[in-house]
Amino acid sequence: MSGGKVNSPARRDPPLLVAVLIGVAVTYLILVLLLPLFTVFFEALRRGTETYLSAMQEPDTIAAMQLTLLVAAIAVPLNTVFGIAAAWAVTKFEFWGKNALITLIDIPFSVSPVISGLVYVLLYGANGWFGPWLDEHNIQIIFTVTGIVMATTLVTLPFVARELIPLMQEQGADEESAAATLGAGAWRTFFFITLPNIKWALMYGVLLCTARAMGEFGAVAVVSGLIRGETATLPLQVEILYNEYNFVAAFAVASLLAMFALVTLAVKTLLEVQFADELAAQRWR
Amino acid sequence: MSLEISEITKSYGRFPALNGVSLFAEDGEFLALLGPSGSGKTTLLRVIAGLETPEGGTVRYRGEDLLAQPVRERGIGFVFQHYALFRHMSAANNIAFGMRCKPRATRPSNKAIKAKVEELLALVQLEGLGGRYPSQLSGGQRQRVALARALAIEPKILLLDEPFGALDAKVRRELRRWLRVLHEQTGLTTIFVTHDQEEALELADRVALLKDGALEQVGTPEELYHEPESAFVFDFLGDSIKLPCVIEGGIAVIAGSGVPIVGPHPESGPATAYARPDAFTVTVGEGPGQPARVRNVLLAGPDARIECAVEGDGSIEVRVTHEEAAKLSPRDLVSLAPRAVRVWV
Repeated sequence: MSGGKVNSPARRDPPLLVAVLIGVAVTYLILVLLLPLFTVFFEALRRGTETYLSAMQEPDTIAAMQLTLLVAAIAVPLNTVFGIAAAWAVTKFEFWGKNALITLIDIPFSVSPVISGLVYVLLYGANGWFGPWLDEHNIQIIFTVTGIVMATTLVTLPFVARELIPLMQEQGADEESAAATLGAGAWRTFFFITLPNIKWALMYGVLLCTARAMGEFGAVAVVSGLIRGETATLPLQVEILYNEYNFVAAFAVASLLAMFALVTLAVKTLLEVQFADELAAQRWR
Repeated sequence: MSLEISEITKSYGRFPALNGVSLFAEDGEFLALLGPSGSGKTTLLRVIAGLETPEGGTVRYRGEDLLAQPVRERGIGFVFQHYALFRHMSAANNIAFGMRCKPRATRPSNKAIKAKVEELLALVQLEGLGGRYPSQLSGGQRQRVALARALAIEPKILLLDEPFGALDAKVRRELRRWLRVLHEQTGLTTIFVTHDQEEALELADRVALLKDGALEQVGTPEELYHEPESAFVFDFLGDSIKLPCVIEGGIAVIAGSGVPIVGPHPESGPATAYARPDAFTVTVGEGPGQPARVRNVLLAGPDARIECAVEGDGSIEVRVTHEEAAKLSPRDLVSLAPRAVRVWV
């Protein structure tokens, strides 16, 4: 805003209009975002904290929690490495098929996760393309943790790469070229020049990727087979409990997921506040 | 001969960037690569540094084949147009980076690196600013950090890509002079790219003028300015005025009056005459040369300039003394006669 004060008479809208617009915005926010979030915790704690805590201590719930963390612990590092590699390749080099690769990275964003899961069933399921071969070698992917990890990895594939590509495009390859003329090899250039320049975007990407990996429902639902205590992640556990009319337990597990999301957001905000100066310094030209 | 470039070709897709360029640089020489944008000057500089791989040709330094070495082993200092400073490192760490990259056997001790950084900061007149980050430095200061960083590896050759391109006019002139002094101090073979002819003529020992990926002319600033081999060189090195003429018996006839020709020229036939704006005799009213009407008299600056409309819709701006200009006002009829011209067909 250059010079103009928000309260200058020329910019003051009719009070009624102001009230209506703010009212609409606030109502929308409450209905769509805050009320559901509140409901999750409200329903979970409806029968008191004791019931809530005991629902959390169900062996199946604990198993689901462990599985969710395990899946995230595998999928997120994989996609972090992939994301950095893809963004590095796409932004620092010119090669044939570059645009095709960028489009390919975006596919999991545009395709419904259910389809992603279904593709795995069609490929690796008992009647799928590789089904007989896998069966012969005694390997099972569908209805196992392996399948869940694969589906989650696929769905969360774009997060890190997408966060990095625009930033690295803007930064260009000049600093890397400069490092090379100064005698730095590829690894030194990567760890001392490229990585420090992208660390914030990378952290955001990893945070978003983690949140999504833990919350993924569609793709995982298709490949998991919903075996309680074995292949049920937290979102699937919510579904199972809900279908059994065990609402308190369902909401208790849901509140856990909601808390994961809130913590992720809080960490992101905290980073932004803490390192605002450094983030701004990164954008100098 | 220190650096010898021969028959370098390079293209980007179908677009040829360099068409067999051959050039050399003597030890300690200050060489300018001058040319309009798209002439291939930056590409040539990047080929020397190893940042681009040419399709053909050789680059040799004291007989050794530079193209066979990867960028990081060439030991060529490069200052980028936008400096490319490491934004997350302080100026001192930027300068120390190259020394820290050396293999353990030849790497100076931390103490020696620190001392060298201080020495370089002093050389580029940035004492006490080593702790600043690039974002906390002005354009001119960043430029000098970039230069110190390139000098820190004690390069065989120093390459500068549009070193003053991103600076404002006053800082640019100061840095230009300072760079010339610095070159005299270090004695380093230096090649710089510029699109600014004034910069090239003022700084360089020799200027290589490029056009469309090929060398147009190479020589000292005096040679290029006073003995241009083509209309392009004449045109690029200063303001030029083009007038249609007919050559008769070795003399250019412009608007009915004969003007002596400097330099090689055909014996007869139609051609274009080229002259600098300060090479005109201006007569008020009817006289020898091109009739024109004064449009504007510009009195700011060491020389006065008059902008004149000529037949058709052309416009000519010539330089005159302030005394001459005082006698003129807009709408006056004048005659513009070049004292001597160069001609190209």
